[in-house]
Amino acid sequence: MTKTTLIKNAAAPAPGRRTEQIQMIEIDGLTKRYGRHTVVDGLSFSCGAGEVLGFLGPNGAGKSTTMKMLTGFVAPTAGSASVCGHDVQSDSLEARRRIGYLPEGAPSYAEMTPAAFLEFIADVRELGGALRKRRLDEVVERLHLGPVLQQSIDTLSKGFKRRVGLAQAILHDPEVLILDEPTDGLDPNQKHEVRELIRSMAEDKLIVISTHILEEVEAVCSRAIIIANGRILADDTPEHLAARSRYHNAVRVTLGEGADLDAARAAIGQLGSVSGTEADRKLRSITALAADGGQGAAAWRDVSDLAAAEGWAVAGLQLEAGRLDEVFRQITEGAAT
Amino acid sequence: MNIVAALFRRELKSYFATPVAYVFIVIFLVLMGTFTFYLGGFYERGQADLRPFFNFHPWLYLFLVPALSMRLWAEERKSGSIELLMTLPITPWQAVLGKYLAAWAFTGLALALTFPVWITVNYLGDPDNGAILTAYIGSLLMAGGFLAIGSCLSAFTRNQVIAFVISVVVCFGFLLSGFPLVLDMFSAWAPQALVDGIASLSFLTHFANISRGVIDFRDVVFFGLLIGAFLYANTIVLQWKQAD
Repeated sequence: MTKTTLIKNAAAPAPGRRTEQIQMIEIDGLTKRYGRHTVVDGLSFSCGAGEVLGFLGPNGAGKSTTMKMLTGFVAPTAGSASVCGHDVQSDSLEARRRIGYLPEGAPSYAEMTPAAFLEFIADVRELGGALRKRRLDEVVERLHLGPVLQQSIDTLSKGFKRRVGLAQAILHDPEVLILDEPTDGLDPNQKHEVRELIRSMAEDKLIVISTHILEEVEAVCSRAIIIANGRILADDTPEHLAARSRYHNAVRVTLGEGADLDAARAAIGQLGSVSGTEADRKLRSITALAADGGQGAAAWRDVSDLAAAEGWAVAGLQLEAGRLDEVFRQITEGAAT
Repeated sequence: MNIVAALFRRELKSYFATPVAYVFIVIFLVLMGTFTFYLGGFYERGQADLRPFFNFHPWLYLFLVPALSMRLWAEERKSGSIELLMTLPITPWQAVLGKYLAAWAFTGLALALTFPVWITVNYLGDPDNGAILTAYIGSLLMAGGFLAIGSCLSAFTRNQVIAFVISVVVCFGFLLSGFPLVLDMFSAWAPQALVDGIASLSFLTHFANISRGVIDFRDVVFFGLLIGAFLYANTIVLQWKQAD
């Protein structure tokens, strides 16, 4: 079992391979207070190219505020943040040149067309010549904006508005991409597309996304930071986080028609490598929780042996990696009390 | 400079993307015409000049310019686009200047469209066209002053109505600061130097000189400084209240 990594003040190097990389974002003791209310409380971490950092937390945890401070929109009360070595406050312009930012809700100018809006962003980002044309064509194609280019933005659907915001953020091919809830309000197909886009860009960039959708973290992130009440509660890979779940290495058996669910559950519960069982009558499945965190997949072996020996009609047998939503609840609710 | 130009173009185009531009220009021209020919007694005076026309400019601007400036920043706040704008690699000065110059250019356009009045007076008589040109420049400068005030105040709020009302009140103060209505509030307690200082801020006084065809360097400097000061204040307000 991985221990909860509680990072306090120092910009501790992240575990493993990350230490060799150039740190693109460095945050040290970043704090934001509104009056007596502390929104972000001494946040410190750093991350480098190739990472997709998921910022996870309940609503009001301070995700957006941290992003606003990183992009120079909100001035921190204390602490510092730098992007590619440029401090976001003292060297703000240089930092902002390296960032592509999708603010929460993807605001843009409603009366403009996506074409005019992207031209405007290209002007302000000072993209010129062949590069400008190439980048404009590329983002339009990547985000499938072709059919709506000449329609005013306020007549577009939510999905298109979001894509216009994303196009704007990636137009100058930034080194650091900060996306505040990039898939919020999109339908499943659009979500899938945006995730594909993030994955395809991840190689040479640092991408920071905030979300409260856990499947998104599992789908795209290489690292997840869980924050609540402005503090970092966990900082790990999604796999390691999921491994903290009691469902880590649990075995789910789905029984076919006619099999006796209760008898099977009782039999599985007797196994030494199983610490408990849960049954789902609708799906006709039994989940056997692994004892000792499931070392060596003993539960898997025992349950499959048992099923074979008893001659159950097994419709499915699954080894669970762990449930991130359960870990998330456990970590954030533990912090609230 | 390219960035200011980009912001300028975007802002100016946005006026014409909505009915704002057309409504403003039509109302501006209709009111100008009505005031000049009816209230101003353009024909009855029997003089070949545009005094009745220019005399109404301060009063028209008092309401029309805040109507134009109220949206400059309040709308950006309301729609959230301010977050997009201010996280682009631009300085507050570039943002303020780009938007302000667009609004000013738009007022200039509306003012230029009053040219039929000029044609009329030239058709009817033989006016001093140099004086008329001077008065136009003075009018544009005064509109710039009102706009700078309105732009600065618009940055305080996300509510356009509030921005409008406050702008009208402050502009009214500046318009009449040379008159007892405003001066009496200060003369009872403030030192004479301050009262004189306030009196010297009057738009009406400064505009009166220019509209008579006299370009006094001091009047031009007055409007220049006033615009500069309010735009500077605008950048301060913007940074201070950026995210609220």
